[in-house]
Amino acid sequence: MYGKGLWQGLAVTWRNLTRRSVTAGYPDVEPELPPRSRGVIALQEENCTSCMLCARECPSWCITIDSHKEVIPAPTEGGRDRSQNVLDRFDIDYSICMYCSICIEVCPFDALHWSPEFAYAEGDLKDLTHDMNRLRTWMDTVPPPQALDPGADQGKELQAYELTRATEEGL
Amino acid sequence: MSEVADVLVRCLVVVLAFLTLPLLVGQMEHKAMAHMQGRVGPMAAGGFHGWAQLVADGVKFVQKESITPVAADRRVFELAPAVALVPYLVAMLAIPLGPFFGHGVLIGHDLDLGLFFVLAAMSVGVLGTLMGGLGSGNKYSYIGGMRVAAQLMSYELPMVLAAASVAMLAGTLSLVGIADAFEPWWLLVQLPGLVVFFVAGLAELQRPPFDAPLADAELVMGPLTEYGGMRFAMFLLAEYAGIVVLAALTTVLFLGGWAGPWSDHLGWAWTLLKIAGVSFLVIWARVAYPRLREDQVNVLAWKVLVPLALAQVTLTTLVVVW
Repeated sequence: MYGKGLWQGLAVTWRNLTRRSVTAGYPDVEPELPPRSRGVIALQEENCTSCMLCARECPSWCITIDSHKEVIPAPTEGGRDRSQNVLDRFDIDYSICMYCSICIEVCPFDALHWSPEFAYAEGDLKDLTHDMNRLRTWMDTVPPPQALDPGADQGKELQAYELTRATEEGL
Repeated sequence: MSEVADVLVRCLVVVLAFLTLPLLVGQMEHKAMAHMQGRVGPMAAGGFHGWAQLVADGVKFVQKESITPVAADRRVFELAPAVALVPYLVAMLAIPLGPFFGHGVLIGHDLDLGLFFVLAAMSVGVLGTLMGGLGSGNKYSYIGGMRVAAQLMSYELPMVLAAASVAMLAGTLSLVGIADAFEPWWLLVQLPGLVVFFVAGLAELQRPPFDAPLADAELVMGPLTEYGGMRFAMFLLAEYAGIVVLAALTTVLFLGGWAGPWSDHLGWAWTLLKIAGVSFLVIWARVAYPRLREDQVNVLAWKVLVPLALAQVTLTTLVVVW
């Protein structure tokens, strides 16, 4: 039919007009974000071994890490002393971070986590560099992971752990 | 003395309507267009659903610097916003709103040649954008001005023909007379004329989908490119006043003006309601349809609207003679 598109245009706009819009009034209403939203990266300092994987994988070079070695004396006489890395500095410069999540994927010890907090704008570019104390405070805002789907496999580590415990108790 | 007071009151009412109705239409455009696009539109200004948004816009425009480009034809450039705005004020003076609680027809001044006068005033209004386009000393403005000229030439004819058809049917050029003579079956006989008049009116006002002269993707803002501050605000006000005048004229000519229940007392309310309805259609057309290309604009005028308007005039002639 000639001119059908004209009516369709009117119909679509009319349908939109009669429907309630889903706009969230953000500054007045806080948004509901999924638990793993890429808002800000939080640092669990105790888990970090200063392995530098995150800093080297970061495509935009926004992570700065400094550390020193501390010696743990051998617990027994004549034993060998051990050494561990202690963080001096862990900065993420959010003015160049592109929220790719590679650092979090690559961290072997779960020291980095996504937090859905996003409101940390600053008046000065330099203030967008968060040091490790500030990154630590974001840990409080990291929500627990989403529950697994019903019937889904548990994590491999958890399965292995439960298997060994069951066999040990069975013995 | 009472005559002077009467004239003053009428002028005051017209000026008040001129200052408020375009703003109401503007606010309706903000909100209706937003919801048609799945948004909510302005919500902050004034507290309740952003009712004061246009007031805030006005305050912003007043604060801005008034700039005239060096390359501009100074007097033409500075006169253009006034030429765009004032004709609509003048046109509103001659448009009847209908009986006001049994006190006769509410109108600035009932002219015998009302229809002719209003159509002439509307055409002068378009000259404002044309002046802005040719006087700005800017290539985008210039091309926009050329497009305004082409559009003005094309759409004046079908608009006048459609209006003439109604005048023939009513046997008068007085707007009050036309609205008084209205009978419901005219709606059917004059339907092509109504469509032609409305579409041609949209094109005269350069409202989307006929905003090829402004075409922000191609011409920045067309003839308005170099304007800022109060002058730009005057052009905007002219656009919305134009919508009001077009809607009022469509109402009076084709929709029976104040025809409706209790029209002796509430005639003015019927007219205002119909004006609001037609204004809503103007806004709806903007949201629903994409901009016509420049050649499509002229094809629509000469190959569709002019033949349709001529057919309408022929039909009306037959009806009148018969």
